[in-house]
Amino acid sequence: MTRFQHLLGPEGCGTSSHFSRRTLLQAGAGLAWLTPLSQVLAATSQEKSSKGRPKSVIVLWMQGGPSQLETWDPHPGKMIGGDTKAIDTSLKGLKIADTMPLTAEIMHEMALLRCVTSKEGDHERATYNMQTGYRPDPTLIHPSIGAILCHELSAKGVEIPRHVSIFPSEFSARGGFLGNKYDAFKMYDPTGPLPDLPKRVPEDRFDARLGDLDILEASFARGRRLDLEKKKTLHRETVDRATTMMTSDQIDAFNIDGVPQEVKQQFGDTPFGRGCLCATQLIETGVRCVQVTLNGWDTHANNHEFQSAKAGNLDAALSATIKYLKERDRLDDTIVLCGGEFGRTPKINPAAGRDHWPHGFSVALAGGGIRKGVVLGETDPEGQKITAETKNAVRVEDIHATIHDALGINIDKDFQTPIGRPMAICQGTAIPELVADA
Amino acid sequence: MWLKNIAFIVLATVVLASLANWLLSPPKVEAVDDPVIVVADDFQAAKLAVDAQFQEVWQARELQPAPQADDLTIARRISLGLTGSIPSLEEIRLIENRPDEDRLAWWVNHLLEDRRYGDYMAERLSRAYVGTENGPFLIFRKRRFVTWLSDQLMENRPYNELTQDLIADSGLWTDHPAVNFITATVDQDGTKEPDVAMLAGRVTRAFLATRIDCVQCHDDNLGGDLKQSDFHELASFFREAQNSFVGIMDKKGKPYDYQYLHAEEETTVPAQAPFNQHLIPESGGTLRNRLASWVTHPENKPFSRAIVNRVWAVMTGRPLVEPVDDIPLKGSFEKGNFPAGLDPLVDDFIAHNFDLKRLIRLIAATEAFGRDSRADHEITAQHEQAWAAFPVTRLRPEQVIGSVNQASSLSTLNADSHVLTKLITYGETNDFLQRYGDAGEDEFSMDGGTIPQRLLMMNGNLVTERTKNNFVRNAATRISQLSPNDETAVETAFLCVLTRRPNPVELEHFTDKLENEEIPSNRSQDFEDIYWALMNCTEFAWNH
Repeated sequence: MTRFQHLLGPEGCGTSSHFSRRTLLQAGAGLAWLTPLSQVLAATSQEKSSKGRPKSVIVLWMQGGPSQLETWDPHPGKMIGGDTKAIDTSLKGLKIADTMPLTAEIMHEMALLRCVTSKEGDHERATYNMQTGYRPDPTLIHPSIGAILCHELSAKGVEIPRHVSIFPSEFSARGGFLGNKYDAFKMYDPTGPLPDLPKRVPEDRFDARLGDLDILEASFARGRRLDLEKKKTLHRETVDRATTMMTSDQIDAFNIDGVPQEVKQQFGDTPFGRGCLCATQLIETGVRCVQVTLNGWDTHANNHEFQSAKAGNLDAALSATIKYLKERDRLDDTIVLCGGEFGRTPKINPAAGRDHWPHGFSVALAGGGIRKGVVLGETDPEGQKITAETKNAVRVEDIHATIHDALGINIDKDFQTPIGRPMAICQGTAIPELVADA
Repeated sequence: MWLKNIAFIVLATVVLASLANWLLSPPKVEAVDDPVIVVADDFQAAKLAVDAQFQEVWQARELQPAPQADDLTIARRISLGLTGSIPSLEEIRLIENRPDEDRLAWWVNHLLEDRRYGDYMAERLSRAYVGTENGPFLIFRKRRFVTWLSDQLMENRPYNELTQDLIADSGLWTDHPAVNFITATVDQDGTKEPDVAMLAGRVTRAFLATRIDCVQCHDDNLGGDLKQSDFHELASFFREAQNSFVGIMDKKGKPYDYQYLHAEEETTVPAQAPFNQHLIPESGGTLRNRLASWVTHPENKPFSRAIVNRVWAVMTGRPLVEPVDDIPLKGSFEKGNFPAGLDPLVDDFIAHNFDLKRLIRLIAATEAFGRDSRADHEITAQHEQAWAAFPVTRLRPEQVIGSVNQASSLSTLNADSHVLTKLITYGETNDFLQRYGDAGEDEFSMDGGTIPQRLLMMNGNLVTERTKNNFVRNAATRISQLSPNDETAVETAFLCVLTRRPNPVELEHFTDKLENEEIPSNRSQDFEDIYWALMNCTEFAWNH
């Protein structure tokens, strides 16, 4: 039992049970490249039906605004189409851009929204809007999908942060009014150990340091509020959680060094691809939400060239993520969301770029009970704006409602903000076409 | 030969002893150039008026107040509030060399003349004025803006005049840095013009501590009587501000059209204030000039309440009225029933020509500011709520890194520090802030810390670099090598990091640690460990 373990409450994971599971696992075969913990969990998951397992989300975040015309919604031969060609996909009648041939092979596993519309054309505001389902409000910060998920679902057995952001952008997913403890844990390329996790000194010296800390904490507590730690600072609890994480086998899920090269290659072996591979490991370890960011979509110049390069990165990583999750029987309880803060203008500017366009862009979804093989909405081949009133238009808040609904979160529930203001989990309504049993 | 050796040993001993004496003993007090403390006759009366209100509340709620905190604890609060870091060992020696009766008043004055005050307070206030976003490219110069604001604070420019510049100044963002308040809102993707709605929101929150922006999209449906038109009529004061090649200027007669919720069509919105309309000048200057006059009018008390509440919050970590930018205009406050301390501070601020430095001196002198956060009797949340005990509040990331850096240096890190030190500190600060997590505009959040923050402090580069064996740079190493004995060494480390001396239990524990031979270590390593523990405890990360 670690120090301050008693403060973690009944949901803390005892290391002893953890080790026993690990020991059991080592008898397992066929999953040798997985980290020990992932092997245990993977073996367990093979035995269980996916029914009843808590659900998770992987957000593939295309920071900068991906062009719908160079990815999910090409219009070849039209004025707005540029140089992008369209190719057939595994979903009959659906064509996507030729920049994404691997994804084209698995489109039958996905749902595609081609008519997403919002009112935010600024990167920061639009990112906030897409990540929280709310437009920026100066009076409070809304929680992101991952924060809500962690707030609503049990933490049982998980010794590492359950909300993780890989390659976080400057607008990282926040806990907002739910509290900082729901902020995403930020990490970068999952090769090598996580920064700040390895102890700087040998074990016995580190333990002695913690002993010193106990003396100081006892002094500080003396004469002060009895509930200071529990109700306000959470300092010792956080130290304890951090040290638990440092000594947990689950931190193996944060790095992919042990994964065979051929598996990495399937994900593209780019930083983003490695991030996606890591995201699948984290999900198997019990993490509820992982956001992996692919930056560089803000192509105000040389749009086709840059978008094609980015789409190539995305193509390998996205298709491998979905295939991997399906092979591991994890796709039914993991929603994969792929999108950015807005799309790009149908009109190509004089610098051969496309500018910001929130009036009709694409978001792709897969897994987690979202109905697959659905394509909702279409954009105008001449580039007219899509508004919320356009047929089959999808509002950002409706995507949030759909995801929360699929995750089993009661979207009619209200949160209380710190000043007692009731705030709905999300403003939208679930998109009926995407609800699997609709 | 042996004579030479003896001479060398004697010389080396003298040099080392002198060095140790210079590093660890009290530096000479050099306060003669500091300003003479001028306390106006009515300063004490104002302080007593504030204290009386707090005492009345404590009595009414039957709260036994905590005793007065010791001088070093209060000095730490003052330093964190005015410079964003803890006092250095050098400064602690200076403080302790002052006579008891003027020690803290001198310390406040000393810091108010230190550039760190201007820079830190400007950084904190700028968050309310222009937010924490990067803002529009080229036309928004955050650094220039903050430097200008720092200059104004150092000069102690009357706060009403400073605010008038922010609202109504014209010109280029470089030559007239105040206009960055306007350019920060320019919509570069859309109209290319200042955003009148955002400006109205900023004015009401930053300068009036009212959240009228809640009615931007619809009338107040939470029981208030504010209308959507109240917000847009205020926004209309900014309608003539426009962005041009000569910077921000006003185009007379430019209309502001807006379609209200449920309205059939747009209407032209007149400029009007949501309350105290009689204080708007009938004519003279631009619309923005008239708005600035109304906002800063001595009778428009929400203006002074807003800055008093914010400065109190910067100095203590918690505002008198929460949230800091939402002091209700209605309800019990309408009858003048404000929280203890606010009204007398506001009255004194207005009576003394919006003097920010006087306000700071007054806050630091109040009983509430000086209460301890602990007592022999039980301290409860109610004590903290009523300021019968000083509330324990989370340090901002800038305060944490400022304190880590300061604790690792025996001398004061300030504008006089070596340029290399400042450069290294600047680079490390940015990296640390990014990793630790900036709280943004949510300045006074009461949330606890996070796991990444703890990991960064326990295993991160900064604490490791600032505590490891490095005689030239690190206080921990110097203390370990130069202290005459273990007790002095432990005491010095506590003073450097926690601005206090160790209690008997702590002293015994850490001196025992130094003598413990079970874990093989050297002395500088022991002090690296002691510093690590001191920098990782709750006491270091929270204001108390």
